[in-house]
Amino acid sequence: MPLARLIPCLDVAHGRVVKGVSFVGLRDVGDPVELAAFYARGGADELVFLDIAATPTEAEIMVDVVTAVADALDIPFTVGGGVRSVQDASRIIEAGADRVSVNSAALASPGLITQIAERFGSQAVVVAIDSGADLVHTHGGRVATKVATVPWAREVAERGAGEILLTSIERDGHREGYDLDLTRRVREAVAIPVIASGGAGNARHVAEALAVADAALVASIVHENPAGLPGLRAEIQGLGVALRPVRRSHD
Amino acid sequence: MSTALVVDYGAGNTHSVRAALARLGWQSVVSADPGEVARAERVILPGVGSARSAMEHLSQTGVASALADRVRVEAPVLGICLGLQLALESSEEDGGVDGLGLVAGTVERLRAGRVPRLGWEVVEPWGEAYYFAHSYAAVTAFATAHADGAVAAVRHGSFLGVQFHPEKSGPAGLDFLASCLSRD
Repeated sequence: MPLARLIPCLDVAHGRVVKGVSFVGLRDVGDPVELAAFYARGGADELVFLDIAATPTEAEIMVDVVTAVADALDIPFTVGGGVRSVQDASRIIEAGADRVSVNSAALASPGLITQIAERFGSQAVVVAIDSGADLVHTHGGRVATKVATVPWAREVAERGAGEILLTSIERDGHREGYDLDLTRRVREAVAIPVIASGGAGNARHVAEALAVADAALVASIVHENPAGLPGLRAEIQGLGVALRPVRRSHD
Repeated sequence: MSTALVVDYGAGNTHSVRAALARLGWQSVVSADPGEVARAERVILPGVGSARSAMEHLSQTGVASALADRVRVEAPVLGICLGLQLALESSEEDGGVDGLGLVAGTVERLRAGRVPRLGWEVVEPWGEAYYFAHSYAAVTAFATAHADGAVAAVRHGSFLGVQFHPEKSGPAGLDFLASCLSRD
């Protein structure tokens, strides 16, 4: 089994990182390339970029961001938000992203999951599931659907998804820990890896999530102090979770 | 400045491999021209996509035979991920696909753990962690390294294949690429 992964998530709008990145050591905290490279040096195992504006004009900007990130980054990254067709996915993967994440579009037309998987392989398709009260939500978690979370997770796996990015809407932003029960139930229902998301407040929370998931998404806990990432990793490892040994980069 | 040729087979993510080469001071070209593949100083067969469409593309363009010719005259070829798997004789993927046959062996679907296998694994006997993202793996007598029971590297003549992505494996991956490019 691969080592557990710690995955910082960067929200991007209009080509800029938004939401709560604070650090004096960065020349430009809004620059996705600089922040991504900083996290890579700090030991991030992967990165996720979510285009939270995701309008048609935004898609063009996002492709430029992906190209610049791919030039600078030597770890894998996933791009989500606004991926509605195989063409959207192709543009992002051809610009250098390793994987795309689909959410609302997969609910609207589940065949999209299979189409992307057939073209680029299952490993290139992440399905993001925002779950509240065991129901799948859309529109950034604001709109509840009638689709139940666990059966949907099973369906996306059958359709060729390579990984599930599972966010608990109730826990997201509260920093009181991940929804371990939800994560466990979803992971037991599928044979693909699952990324836990929503609720990290400290290293113990992340370690608990990594005991029931294959990877943990982190946002504010690292954005508040990007330079603290190596320390966070060390704390998580101190709690008994094996993470990859990170070597110093050459520069 | 030295130049490496990255084989284009229509679905590959050639961008990341080229970015890694640039970091090492190598120029690169993307090509599906058999003559260029034959003449290139270094050839890299990258890996994203499905085995069937990759093989169809390589056969139609004539790159499949150019790669076989290279290996016959002991010119270096590096296969990455699917690029390693394509080098074997056949794959279970897509209901069964004939490979390039550069190395004796087959490709089988992973049967242990969660599939796709995604993430960092320590490769033995090298003792370094590299990034893997795959659902199939090589089964061959020419394996030179493993990660958690699956083949991580294959060497046969001038062909070297790795299941992991050195271009996505941080400083360790870059070191690995540098050592591949520096060998004769």
